[in-house]
Amino acid sequence: MRAIITVVGKDQVGIIASVCGEISQRNVNVLDISQTILQDYFTMVMLVDVSKCTIPFAQLAQELSDSGKERSLDIRVQREDIFNAMHRI
Amino acid sequence: MLNQQDILSTIHMIDQQNLDIRTITMGISLLDCCHSDPKVACEKIYDKITSSAKNLVKTGEDIEAEFGIPIVNKRISVTPIALVAGASDTDDYVPFAQALDRAAKETGVNFIGGFSALVQKGMTRGDRNLIASIPEALAVTDLVCSSVNIGSTKAGINMDAVKLMGETVKACADRTAHQGGFGCAKLVVFCNAVEDNPFMAGAFHGVGEAERVINVGVSGPGVVHHALKAVKGQPFDVVAETIKKTAFRVTRMGQLVAQEASSRLGVPFGIVDLSLAPTPAIGDSVARILEEMGLEVCGTHGTTAALALLNDAVKKGGVMASSSVGGLSGAFIPVSEDEGMIAAARSGALTLEKLEAMTCVCSVGLDMIAVPGDTTAATISAIIADEAAIGMINQKTTAVRIIPAPGRKVGDTVEFGGLLGSAPVMPCHTGSAEEFVARGGRIPAPMHSLKN
Repeated sequence: MRAIITVVGKDQVGIIASVCGEISQRNVNVLDISQTILQDYFTMVMLVDVSKCTIPFAQLAQELSDSGKERSLDIRVQREDIFNAMHRI
Repeated sequence: MLNQQDILSTIHMIDQQNLDIRTITMGISLLDCCHSDPKVACEKIYDKITSSAKNLVKTGEDIEAEFGIPIVNKRISVTPIALVAGASDTDDYVPFAQALDRAAKETGVNFIGGFSALVQKGMTRGDRNLIASIPEALAVTDLVCSSVNIGSTKAGINMDAVKLMGETVKACADRTAHQGGFGCAKLVVFCNAVEDNPFMAGAFHGVGEAERVINVGVSGPGVVHHALKAVKGQPFDVVAETIKKTAFRVTRMGQLVAQEASSRLGVPFGIVDLSLAPTPAIGDSVARILEEMGLEVCGTHGTTAALALLNDAVKKGGVMASSSVGGLSGAFIPVSEDEGMIAAARSGALTLEKLEAMTCVCSVGLDMIAVPGDTTAATISAIIADEAAIGMINQKTTAVRIIPAPGRKVGDTVEFGGLLGSAPVMPCHTGSAEEFVARGGRIPAPMHSLKN
């Protein structure tokens, strides 16, 4: 199952490293990353494979969201299907 | 990979524009729960609902977590209770409502709909008993919603039932006077009621439906409003196109959630209801969409035309996005549940007459409207008759959910809290309709040709 992780917040050192570190511990594989900085705001979109993730999806979402809050970042993970449904016919 | 902008736009819609799935509603047939002993019937009802819907709330929450889209309500609709309870040797149907209430609480849903009767052409003993039980049933239960269908395009309007429902609405308000007449917020009087509506308070599981079914109601006034801000001043063709595209996206999400819920619960997918359902939250208002089209305030001249365009464009956009569309599908205009409508009603710009005109072009009808506590039962019956006539002639669903708030007068506000919001008490005509309502009988079904 593929999912999209989005990270939005004020730019700071080590965002990608920390998110990647965290998900790799959970055996989540990164398939693609794109990242931009708009007016000091960091925005990252990652396509990941969660089929071998070691914890339930809801827990992964909660952990990422909690660790994001510690650094004032909005991190969320959502199944890819919702974006496909909304933006692809 | 998906376009980054598309992904972020979805997240913005959820985060800042109040995009959500308004409800996943499981319809459950109770026709096999009939029994001559009312106690046995109530037990069968409780058992069937709790076993059918035991995973409904959990499944909704799982989908919410995985897709990152809020699913605001999980609900149950059941076969109109008048049909089920009619088989029992009792005249008191309040225990049936209590059984529904217990089952709803056990399964963890927000509301259960179907304490209902369909009396568009005539009333059975069961229908009369049910209507007589409504005020008490809605006062002693928390989650039960009730609806009565008093007219249809094919059958005309049952004016005996209209008279009875005016009195029932008043009795409901008096019985829940300590809560501002809250019982009335859970009671809808329909003309042309639909069998697969997932929205409350009017949901019930029609007799033409399957054993169990999953219906989903989407929402998204905030998303439509935001999209229209980007086309300020442009012609209406552009406005309609913009609404269609937005409605398409919103509905695709509803379809996805409906299919997912249906497969996880092992219950067939019924319909997606393409409704723009507002909430009292800022940025989730249908009235503000109409104002975005260029009206100073919702309720002024032009409002009906704006609403007609909105309602039609939402359907056109949504219908292609879902494999099966049904329910009420249109823009809702519940006054107390819409921040913009509340403001417009308070300022006096939005009146009962204008709302009535608006219901000719949108779903559903006079919804969540508070009127003074001294409004007579006959006046309420007459309001119901007017609204039913609009539905009957125009072959559409119309409804009345009106609260004659005990002890309140024009200018006061009735607070219901939560999604039901707060209702400014609106003036209605004081000229008597006593004799009109007292006639009873039936207004015949209309012609289907020579339409003008």
